[in-house]
Amino acid sequence: MKHYSAFAVAREALRYHTGWERAWRSPEPKKRYDVIIIGAGGHGLATAYYLGKNYGIQNVAVIEKGWLGGGNTGRNTTIIRSNYLQDPSAAIYEKARGLYEDLSQDLNYNIMFSPRGVIMLAQTQHEIRGYQRTAHANALQGVKTEWIGPERVKELVPIINLDGPRYPVLGGLWQERGGTARHDAVAWGYARACSAMGMDIIQQCEVTGVRSQDGRVVGVDTTKGAIDCDKLGIVVAGHSGQLAEMAGFRLPLEAVALQALVSEPIKPCMDVVVMANTVHGYMSQSDKGEMVIGGGTDGFNNFTQRGSFHHIEETVRALVETFPMISRLKMLRQWGGIVDMTGDRSPILSKTPLGGCFINCGWGTGGFKAIPGSGWGMAQLMATGHSPLTEAFSLDRFKEGRFIDESVAAGVAH
Amino acid sequence: MSTRLAKQGRLIDRSKKVTFTFNGTSMQGYEGDTLASALLANDQMMVGRSFKYHRPRGVVASGAEEPNALVGLGQGNRFEPNQRATTTELFNGLTAISQNHWPSLEHDIGAVNTAFARFLPAGFYYKTFIHPKPFWKHVYEPFIRQSAGLGKAPDKDSRDADTYEHFYAFTDVLVIGGGVAGLQAAKAAAASGAKVLLIEQSAYWGGRAPVDGGTVNDEPVDKFVEQLVSELETMDNVSMRSRCMGAGVYDHGYVLGYERLTDHTPGVQGPRHRLWRIRAKQIVTATGAIERPLSFAGNDVPGVMLASAMRDYAVNWGVNPGERVIVATNNDDAYRTAITLKQAGVDVLRIVDARATAGPLAEEARQLGIRVDPGKAIAKVKGGKRVKKVAICNQEGVGGAREEVEADAVAMSGGWSPVVHMWSHCGGKLTWDDANAFFRPDPSRPPLGANGEGFVLAAGASNGALVLGDVLTDAHAVGKAAAKAAGFKPKNIKAPVGETTAEAPMEAVWLMPANAEIQLRMKSWLDFQNDVKVSDVQLAAREGYESVEHTKRYTTLGMATDQGKLSNINGLAILADALESEIPKVGTTTFRPPYTPISMGAIGGEARGEVFQPIRQTPMHNWHDRNGADWEPVGHWRRTYAYVRPGESVHDAVNREVKNTRDNLGLLDASTLGKLIVKGPDAGKFLDIMYTNMMSTLIVGKCRYGLMCSENGFLIDDGVVARIDKDTWLCHTTTGGAERIHGHMEEWLQTEWWDWKVYVANVTEQYAQVAVVGPNARKVLEKLNAQAGGGMDLSKEALPFMEWRDGKIGEFDARAYRISFSGELSYEIAVPASQGQAFWDALFEAGQEFGVMPYGTECLHILRAEKGFIMIGDETDGTVIPQDLGLHWALSKKKEDYLGKRAHSRSHMADPERWKLVGLETVDGSVLPDGAYAVGEGVNANGQRNMIGRVTSTYFSANLGKGIAMGLIKHGPDRMGEIVEFPGTDGKTYKAKIVDPIFFDKDGEKQNV
Amino acid sequence: MLILNCPYCGVDAEETELAAGGEAHLKRFGPGSSDDEFHDYLFMRENPKGVHFERWRHANGCGKWFHAARCTNTLEVFGTYTAQTSEPPQDIKDAIAAKRPGWTWREFS
Repeated sequence: MKHYSAFAVAREALRYHTGWERAWRSPEPKKRYDVIIIGAGGHGLATAYYLGKNYGIQNVAVIEKGWLGGGNTGRNTTIIRSNYLQDPSAAIYEKARGLYEDLSQDLNYNIMFSPRGVIMLAQTQHEIRGYQRTAHANALQGVKTEWIGPERVKELVPIINLDGPRYPVLGGLWQERGGTARHDAVAWGYARACSAMGMDIIQQCEVTGVRSQDGRVVGVDTTKGAIDCDKLGIVVAGHSGQLAEMAGFRLPLEAVALQALVSEPIKPCMDVVVMANTVHGYMSQSDKGEMVIGGGTDGFNNFTQRGSFHHIEETVRALVETFPMISRLKMLRQWGGIVDMTGDRSPILSKTPLGGCFINCGWGTGGFKAIPGSGWGMAQLMATGHSPLTEAFSLDRFKEGRFIDESVAAGVAH
Repeated sequence: MSTRLAKQGRLIDRSKKVTFTFNGTSMQGYEGDTLASALLANDQMMVGRSFKYHRPRGVVASGAEEPNALVGLGQGNRFEPNQRATTTELFNGLTAISQNHWPSLEHDIGAVNTAFARFLPAGFYYKTFIHPKPFWKHVYEPFIRQSAGLGKAPDKDSRDADTYEHFYAFTDVLVIGGGVAGLQAAKAAAASGAKVLLIEQSAYWGGRAPVDGGTVNDEPVDKFVEQLVSELETMDNVSMRSRCMGAGVYDHGYVLGYERLTDHTPGVQGPRHRLWRIRAKQIVTATGAIERPLSFAGNDVPGVMLASAMRDYAVNWGVNPGERVIVATNNDDAYRTAITLKQAGVDVLRIVDARATAGPLAEEARQLGIRVDPGKAIAKVKGGKRVKKVAICNQEGVGGAREEVEADAVAMSGGWSPVVHMWSHCGGKLTWDDANAFFRPDPSRPPLGANGEGFVLAAGASNGALVLGDVLTDAHAVGKAAAKAAGFKPKNIKAPVGETTAEAPMEAVWLMPANAEIQLRMKSWLDFQNDVKVSDVQLAAREGYESVEHTKRYTTLGMATDQGKLSNINGLAILADALESEIPKVGTTTFRPPYTPISMGAIGGEARGEVFQPIRQTPMHNWHDRNGADWEPVGHWRRTYAYVRPGESVHDAVNREVKNTRDNLGLLDASTLGKLIVKGPDAGKFLDIMYTNMMSTLIVGKCRYGLMCSENGFLIDDGVVARIDKDTWLCHTTTGGAERIHGHMEEWLQTEWWDWKVYVANVTEQYAQVAVVGPNARKVLEKLNAQAGGGMDLSKEALPFMEWRDGKIGEFDARAYRISFSGELSYEIAVPASQGQAFWDALFEAGQEFGVMPYGTECLHILRAEKGFIMIGDETDGTVIPQDLGLHWALSKKKEDYLGKRAHSRSHMADPERWKLVGLETVDGSVLPDGAYAVGEGVNANGQRNMIGRVTSTYFSANLGKGIAMGLIKHGPDRMGEIVEFPGTDGKTYKAKIVDPIFFDKDGEKQNV
Repeated sequence: MLILNCPYCGVDAEETELAAGGEAHLKRFGPGSSDDEFHDYLFMRENPKGVHFERWRHANGCGKWFHAARCTNTLEVFGTYTAQTSEPPQDIKDAIAAKRPGWTWREFS
């Protein structure tokens, strides 16, 4: 792998950039791999990367139906935070956030982690208590957050309207080292690093069947032929149900549409990420200057990647109320993604009824921020059979009634 | 230089001068001008700077596709960034500023980037700024963040001075686009009797046909347009809206229209924008086509313009964008520009045609004396802030053997692309048309509606019919088809016959010259705003970003505010070539709404400020407001947190209310509590399923506190249930729960036990409810009775605790419940909502001698916490089960089934390790912090401190003079008297003793008097 | 932006009038059921890319719950019908078969 640096760019400039090599190879599949990961999104690629980096398992294929990073990794609002309430969530999201801090150096690919800070606004007494509770929990979980008053909110977010007649801002939960990253770059950086380790990323290859013998996975059938493996990781978000069916088990998942939108780019005016859960909206400003806005999900099963416009209306209305100066900005583009929701809205990272087959899914509306932690834990689980990061997210929790419910503190998508 | 022509200008009124300013300079235009045409008339060739390299940018188009001419419009509370000059109608007093430069448009520090452009190729930032790491945090990242953005941000405190509104419209056929195709399609559809709505984004009808010329039924096309418009205007079943853009097509025939009502007359009364929410049975997109630029070096220099745009400026606005013009093309249509300009007296130096042969229009041009150079290409346009010279070479080859010509404007045409956005938004698929080198709608794969049939039809140029005759035939047929698909019988009338000069076929030209060397490709722009060049797309392909989505995201091609209207097809042609693939195989990126950006204000609509969300008000709301209410939003209600007197803090007020209610008499407006009537022969059976307690055995006249769980076992609500008669129960819910629990009951009733005979009605707002609380509660009510002869006996014997009675209290029709959420003698009295305020007034007046004070929600909370009563939302959070709260007594053992019963038997719910409710008292009497966690020894496998419990409610009790709290603690009830530690976020560790949660009047003597 | 016809009041209801209620025709498992049965009843939802049966409430209308047969991939609506039934009526099944030959959903086809 050619090292990326300013010097390399300067050197290449002299030859008009004709000397750059491919960021990742585009190989034909081999007959057999130690591990196959289905799904070359952020979570799948990160799983492969840490299998190689942490456990030396490098005979790995990542199989992708479309193009890598083309699912929810490439269509989210790029928020990174770990101010979760429940222990297992705080652990995996903080692990991820910590890894994001050094990810550009680790991958030698600038994923543009921007720890500009995240505020979750409290606009009711109930929210104040909820976030104060989260702040207490975070302190014990090793997650650095703090409760801040309205004056500090205004200092951090000069464009905010504290005194909205309907829901005045009463304070907020502040995570200084939360922020954003360039979502595509996360997938591309992991892909490049995986490829450099000798792993095969096989795009435009659809898995059509999961082959097993004596209760253990032995390989997959694909549109590019049968491929053998010892272990299989299914990391395909909205399509997990279909893959699980091929592997002979079912998942407690439903697919719904989540929407987001961006404004036209304007000069920097908001330096932090703001989430307003009472009014259901959140907003940040991208490195291009666009205001990146998200809201809630549709309530019905949907695979179209199109949502219903009234959600956009509700979200924009809430944000115009919170940030009145955006009223004369314009919406440039809206889009939808299909997110996989579990019964408790927390993910599943787990062994499955099929031996050697593992599942990572159910990230719902908040998966991007977890990518490095999810990959780290998943790799540990697949390599060693156990990971403290993933333990609580097992499939059997639903049967036991052992839920990980984050709606306790914040009931909105993110 | 660009100037105003002496004649021409079909859209301007030369008798009406309009004054405006650009970057502070006063300029003049005419009524009917766009800002772009007026700027050009003032020789303002350079109007902005590009995003990445800060290159000079001039007007390149004449409509919604414009990527360059974006300005900051207006001032103060009406300032709007990124407004397209080409779609901004000029008005007196308009102020515009150019964007993305410092200190000025002419002299821009950021333009240094253009000198380093070679070192800043596509995606350079992914490869750099990586080391050393601290530099990213402290130098690179802040720098990148600060160099972001295009238009100036509105002032942080600005408040939009305008208003917005939403309209609903329902129509059989919606026609989007008011050019000749849209007009004809509307007419053909309307002739069937179908209701037709026709919307057009610009201020005028006819689209570009009047500029392009030709005849319809042997009359000039502009005459035809005029007649057609006046004909449609007289039809009752046709509605027409100009300045109304089709912004997006959504599922099941939903379309957004974006009407700009007063953008051209700012300050006029009424809303600025109107968002139309249209439902149409059939949608006809007659959205025309957009001309493509040609990719040659220097195609981004101000003065290089689309050929059709140059024609528009001459014909529509009488503006001549240059005095010495070169036309570059791969098709016949651009010859019309040369001819138009020549006829207007402009010096058209030559037509550079990449093709070997052209059609009859070439002959016409030659006869006018224009030199036509077949097989030629532009090698390079020279000039910085405006075109100075043009180097011409052979189209075949790498661009050598150039001839340089002095010129000040270049008209370019790379062919046309149908506007397929509206077709594609909702899933319509495209097909590649090789002859015309464009994607057009594939009629066999339209977007599918609710019935599984297509609901969008494309007409005219947006359907790939570029020539006037074809446009009209196609639009006529499509209009009829739309009417038919909407269930009407189209009339059999003939399509009008349009005629124009015949055209020779175009030839796809994706790069000029065909094998341009790298130095030229690095200067050949694809995306003018985002600075994406041919070499960037080729680099992306070389590096493996092969999917069209990868290329787009890696290079930012098509991600600018024009969303690639000019650049996408050119870019993916370059990509296909680089991959040695074909354009249709590479495919397009996804078309997403809106077609052009629409204002956030319009999306939000009327709901701003006070009316952002409705506020629900109790009958006594205004009294509270007048009497010092410190409001707290609860659901859509406002409840009084405390009644603050002058000179008091909120905290003082709460303490005063707490003491007074315990000592004398308090009044609480409890009207917001949910009240559900559950009635019918099976109502008892039904409530036994809904509540964990037994409700069917409740005796008429009595009340019972009930708990509700979800099927998943968690507590969702609580409240007092009263049995009204044999078949009727009245269920109280929490304030936030009324609608939710009503819905919950209906759901089970309608979808599981639908054969049970039960009705549920939400009567929350039918009653005003007042809690009369305190040792003097009975006295004040009896005084009302004494005063006005009310008959209800309120004595302990006649109305014991946990019973209710109907009757008169004073002059009021009352239902009195002897229930208490405070541990005091307490009556909750419901009166018809219309009597609420009078009842409250009467209580307040009569209560004066008994020390009456109103109290708010915080006092309510403290009183209940002193008594150890749980509060839904405090002690519960969606993860708590009744067993956690010591409420086993409310879980009926006699019932076979109730919601939550099965769930409670799962292993984790029966786990003895669950945290359980206890009271907590700090050792020093201080108040425990809200939400604090109790810690145990050590850390867990993830390095997190082990936690053994948490505070659920914590208050200062004025009655007890110390802090009291409730919490959930592991093995809590077995650990009475033990001390647990709660680390605060303030750095202190709070120590608290585990105690009984009932802090006050443990035997309940006060409420039983 | 869906439109569903409410089989009770007959209105072609806008999505904003409706509340989605998840999978239709669930069989309730209460006390006495096994852990697996109860788990599947609560959490194992059909999640097909295609024909789906689901519950809706005409929440901002007549308030009634009803069922819809809908394609999650195209959003085509095959029909709506009363919620007071434990399986889709024959005419709905026929309507689906006409559009999606060979369809199956849980035990229905």
